Amino acid sequence: MRRPRSGLDRIFVWIGAAALIALSHLPAAAETQPAPGPALVKEGEYLSRAGDCIACHTAPGGALFAGGRAMPTPFGTLYSTNITPDPETGIGKWTAQQFYTLMHNGRSPDGGLIYPAMPFGSYTKVTRKDSDAIFAYLRAVPPVHAANRPNELRFPYNNRSLILGWRTLFFQEGEYQPDKTKSDEWNRGAYLVQGLGHCSMCHTPINALGGSSESRAFEGGLIPMQDWYAPSLTSNKEAGLGEWSIKDISDLLRTGISARGTVYGPMAEVVYNSLQYMTDEDTRAMAVYLKSLGQGRPPEAAVSTIPTAESSLLMRLGQTVYEAHCATCHGAQGRGMPPDYPPLAGNQSIQMASAVNPIRLVLNGGYPPGTEGNPMPYGMPPFAQTLSDDEVAAVVSFIRSSWGNRGDAVSARQANELRSAPLN
Amino acid sequence: MTRAARLRLAATVLVALFCGLTGARAQPAERAPDTMEARVLACAPCHGGVGEGTSNDYFPRLAGKPAGYLYNQLLAFHEGRRRYPPMNYLLEFLPDTYLRKMAEFYAAQRPPLPPRPVPIVSKEVLARGQSIVTHGDSRRGVPACAGCHGPSFTGMEPAIPGLVGLNARYISAQLGAWRYGTRTAAAPDCMQIVAGLLTEADVTAVAAYLSSLPIPADPAPVPRGTLAMPLACGSEPN
Repeated sequence: MRRPRSGLDRIFVWIGAAALIALSHLPAAAETQPAPGPALVKEGEYLSRAGDCIACHTAPGGALFAGGRAMPTPFGTLYSTNITPDPETGIGKWTAQQFYTLMHNGRSPDGGLIYPAMPFGSYTKVTRKDSDAIFAYLRAVPPVHAANRPNELRFPYNNRSLILGWRTLFFQEGEYQPDKTKSDEWNRGAYLVQGLGHCSMCHTPINALGGSSESRAFEGGLIPMQDWYAPSLTSNKEAGLGEWSIKDISDLLRTGISARGTVYGPMAEVVYNSLQYMTDEDTRAMAVYLKSLGQGRPPEAAVSTIPTAESSLLMRLGQTVYEAHCATCHGAQGRGMPPDYPPLAGNQSIQMASAVNPIRLVLNGGYPPGTEGNPMPYGMPPFAQTLSDDEVAAVVSFIRSSWGNRGDAVSARQANELRSAPLN
Repeated sequence: MTRAARLRLAATVLVALFCGLTGARAQPAERAPDTMEARVLACAPCHGGVGEGTSNDYFPRLAGKPAGYLYNQLLAFHEGRRRYPPMNYLLEFLPDTYLRKMAEFYAAQRPPLPPRPVPIVSKEVLARGQSIVTHGDSRRGVPACAGCHGPSFTGMEPAIPGLVGLNARYISAQLGAWRYGTRTAAAPDCMQIVAGLLTEADVTAVAAYLSSLPIPADPAPVPRGTLAMPLACGSEPN
C-alpha cells in the first residue's frame, strides 16, 4: 500500500504524566446549511488540492475521500477517516463551524482531541473563509458509506488524553498573520507553505517528543517509518532555495523537475497530488517565500570520517562504477541533461549531510511524478540488484565529492541498511 | 573618434554580437533522447532494455505481450492491487496515460526469444504439466491453459498474456501469488479461480512444461475473440 506521506510521522511520543482529561465539549452550533454555489465548491476543490487532503483521506484504489488508508507510525497504525458527506459514516451532519474547529483547533465535533497525524498544527493558519470553501467542496463530493476503522495504537499511545500534553508543547493555535514588511506575494506564499501546504510536517526536525518546534521550522529531518530525509528548507547546504531562480523553484514545485534538481519519494507524492494543480501565481508566491527562507552559503568541504587511504580506494571504485552505470545520462562531469536527467554536480541533495536520499536513489531508482508539465518523466534505474554494498557506497561517495561537490564519504554499512528501507 | 573609427567599432561590436549569438546557438543544451526506450530505462535492469527479459528467473519478459494485459498490470501495481514493492514504488505517481504508453511500447517490441532452458524435472512431471496445460483436468474443473492463452501460448488481444519466454520460477511464483491473494485481477478473477484449483505439484508441473515450450515462429498474440474462453475473465471483456 502507499504509505501516507504527510503528518503521519509526527505522532507524539509524549508519555509523561498528563492524565488531564480535558475533553471539553464545544457547544454545537446550530447553523443552517444552504447549498454552496459552484464557484465556492470550485474554490474549495482548489484549496483541498493545496492541502493535499487526498493523500491521506483516500485509500489506494479506494473511493475519493472515503478514508481507511493505513498510516503506520512508530506507535501503531492509524487509519484515515471518511470525509465524504455521508451522514452516518462521513461528515454529512457536520456544520461549517465544526469543520473549522477541527481544522483550526484539532477538535472533532464531539469535542474530542484528534491525533496530530491530521496536520492541524499547520491548518490552524487557514482562514475561516478558506476553511468554509473546503467544507463546501467536501459536501459536494459523492457520499460514500464506509465506517471509520478503529486505530491500532499500542498502550499507552492509545490514550487520547496524551494528546493534551502534546498540544501543550507543540500546538499553537492561530490563523496566519501577514508580515506587513513583506510583499503580498511573499505573504501569499507563506500562507500556503505554512498553512494548507503543511510543509513543516516533514521539513522540520522532530524532537525527542515527536513534536516539531516552531523555532526550528523548516530545518529538515529524517521522516520516521519512511527512511527518506526531508531536507532543510532554510539551509542552502540542503534544500534551501536561496540560490535558485524563481523559475527553477516554480518548475520543481509545479512539474517535479527543474534545471537544478528533481523530486522523488515523498516529495513526488506532494507534487503529484497537490502542487501540480496550483496556479502560476500561487506557485510563484510559494517560490518567492521559499527562496527567502534559504540562508547561508552552499556546502563547505565536509570532514570525512573515513580514513584517507580507504577513501581513495572508494573514490577509485566509485569512479569505475560511475563511468559504467551513470555517466551515459548524468555525464562525465555530472552535469546531467536537465531537466530530464538531473545534474549531480552542484546538486545540494547529493552532498547534504544526510546521504540517505542519494543512497536510496541508487538502490531503488525512481520516477519523478507524472504531471501536466512533465507527463512522461524519465526514470532512474534501480541498482539494488546490480551493485554490491561496496559499489553503492563507492559511487555515492564519488558523486558526493566530485566536480566541486563537498559531501563526505558513505560506508557500505549505510548502503546495506537502506536496502531494507520501506519502498512504499 | 573619427567617423570611420566609429563605424569600425560599430561593425566590430555587431560581428562580436553575432558570433556570440551563433556561438550560443551552436551549443544547445543537450537533452535526453525523446524516446520511450530512454524513458523506461528504469525498467531495464529487471526486464531488459526493450522488455526482452533478463537472466534473472523472477522477472518476466514483457516484449510482445498484449498492450491491454500490460496496462492492466501497470495499473494494478500503481493502485497497489498487485503487490511488489519495487514496482509499486516506481509506478506510484505516474498517470494512466503514461502507463498506457509504456504498455504499448513493450507490446510492440519483438526482440528474439531467449533459448529455452533444459527442464530440471522428471519426464513424468513434464508429462503431467503437458496434460494440464493442453487438456486441463476435467475431473477437478481445471481448464486447459491453451483455452485462453492460445494454442501456441502467445496470448490473445487485448489482455491475455503470452506464456512463452517465461521462466518456471516466475510462473510458479505468479500462480502462488494468485492463490494467496497478493496478485489479483478485475472480477471475475479467473486466474484466482484456476490457481485455487491447482495443487503444489500441479503448479510445479505446469510451470516446468510451459517454460520448456518451443519458440513459435510468430510470437504475436491471437486476435481478440479468436478463442471461446472456458470461463469469464474480468480483464478480457468478451
